Amino acid sequence: MSATDSQHTRRDFLYVATGTAGAVGLAGAVWPFIDQMQPDASTRALASIQVDVSAVEPGMSLTVKWRGRPVFIRNRTEAEIEQARQVPLSELKDPIARNQNLNADAPADDLSRSAGEGKENWLVMLGVCTHLGCVPLGQAGDFGGWFCPCHGSHYDTAGRIRKGPAPENLLVPTFSFVSDTVIQIG
Amino acid sequence: MSGGHSTYTPKTGLGRWMDARLPLPRLVYDSFVAYPVPRNLNYAYTFGGILSLMLAVQIVTGIVLAMHYAANTGIAFTSVEQIMRDVNSGWLLRYMHANGASFFFIAVYVHIMRGLYYGSYKAPREMLWILGCVIYLLMMATAFMGYVLPWGQMSFWGATVITGFFTAIPVVGDWIQQLLLGGFAVDNPTLNRFFSLHYLLPFMIAGVVVLHVWALHVTGQTNPTGIEVKQKTDTVAFTPYATVKDALAMVVFLLVFAYFIFYMPNFLGHPDNYTEANPLVTPAHIVPEWYFLPFYAILRAITFNIGPIDSKLGGVLAMFGAIAVLFVVPWLDTSKVRSAVYRPWYKLFFWLFVIDAVFLGWLGSRPAEGLYVALAQAATLYYFAFFLIIMPVLGLIETPRRLPNSITEAVLEKNKAGANAAAQTTQG
Repeated sequence: MSATDSQHTRRDFLYVATGTAGAVGLAGAVWPFIDQMQPDASTRALASIQVDVSAVEPGMSLTVKWRGRPVFIRNRTEAEIEQARQVPLSELKDPIARNQNLNADAPADDLSRSAGEGKENWLVMLGVCTHLGCVPLGQAGDFGGWFCPCHGSHYDTAGRIRKGPAPENLLVPTFSFVSDTVIQIG
Repeated sequence: MSGGHSTYTPKTGLGRWMDARLPLPRLVYDSFVAYPVPRNLNYAYTFGGILSLMLAVQIVTGIVLAMHYAANTGIAFTSVEQIMRDVNSGWLLRYMHANGASFFFIAVYVHIMRGLYYGSYKAPREMLWILGCVIYLLMMATAFMGYVLPWGQMSFWGATVITGFFTAIPVVGDWIQQLLLGGFAVDNPTLNRFFSLHYLLPFMIAGVVVLHVWALHVTGQTNPTGIEVKQKTDTVAFTPYATVKDALAMVVFLLVFAYFIFYMPNFLGHPDNYTEANPLVTPAHIVPEWYFLPFYAILRAITFNIGPIDSKLGGVLAMFGAIAVLFVVPWLDTSKVRSAVYRPWYKLFFWLFVIDAVFLGWLGSRPAEGLYVALAQAATLYYFAFFLIIMPVLGLIETPRRLPNSITEAVLEKNKAGANAAAQTTQG
């Protein structure tokens, strides 16, 4: 050992090495205790579900439980679709589609809210009010869509917020038609 | 004070043997028998003792309730009903525990207000105050998780709304929420972990209470005059003086507690919680337990975006800020005078603050619409102004009243005034 690094003794090296190894070891030992709190395998297994909608006629709705929360599936009538199409975007409180199947900035026109071209009659959305998480009531409120009884948010027939304290349109989750009559959510 | 030397002398042979090995009796004697307390403590100072009692009540009733409760969403609600109907004295134990939480909070609010009124947080008692704030935080976490356990509608939706706060945090919010819930919504994993933590936290509270009492015994208690103890005549022995005063206050407190348990056990609860949790149906109004209502009002008062912070995150920050501000109170108050008794302006603003806090609580129970929102915004503004503007500024500009030279002088002056008044009454 030369004279210049005589301050750095073997003991200093052992201190730093032990301390570093100890810190890494502690972090590694702590991780399982945090990790166990994350959703477990059985919860994650239910992260996506398939729903048979063959029996849902126009004007009928189905509420299914997905990830512990309700999802509204509605086969809309022609009148409801037409009513939603008539609304100019400038009249919407939230002009964003809030559709996870589209770009984050897609406009909230009726097509972007629905299941898309050729499936405009299908509306699939999370039944959770964007205000404080209540479950809105179907075919109610001033706009014939959904109405949240908690704090009075009105949604239209495309699930868009029109009146009340809720900030956003009802969320359209990731979903797809795996066949003509089966929807996979998640 | 603990700085003083111990006056404990063991009287028996066993006592001397023990004292030489583990001087626990000496610690108890010095802390709770010979310990000198200011002679002018009033009944506002008895709530520390009451709080210790309530912690014990909650732990004892909680341990026995856990023997009958099942933390599983399939049977949790039924198991609570079973405690009410089948378990011997189960109804009593559950009502004690449920109302005990409320009375715990009544006592802690009086205790905190006492501290704010008499300036108990000022140097050298900052650590004492901060430890108290930590206990209060732990109490809130414990109470929130405990309220989820009966698995009623308010349990479920309260947990949904409160864990939803965390989603307001940018980037990591959703991950934190899922970590708390153990899933994508409140469900069985949530109930299980809340039960585990609800059992753990009271013992952590007990640990911090030990530190709180330790810090108290290092600095000694404050008193209504806010003047430090200077001479022997300023104090009396903890036993019998403080012991008896505390005991009387406890008995009166327990009488009111018992009245609630036996005559109005559900007055402070919410009827919706006797409906089993249903993730697909929301109750018409989600309201937290009464002791959270002021903070709930503050949360909902932020209905506007503040720069880059949207209203949802702003509300959550304001709510947590309302509690966080308590931690820095010792440094916000610039006044050299401790007690509000000698601070006429502070006294006024303090009572306005008390009214404001109660008013916020009432607003929290109202629907968040129309005039209520504007009132909640005004009340929230005063809440923060009291701590962040009035406390620092008032200390610099207020002219306090003349302070007595000592606690003894203050007591004698008051007694003389009382004697004169009594004499005049007899003459008249």
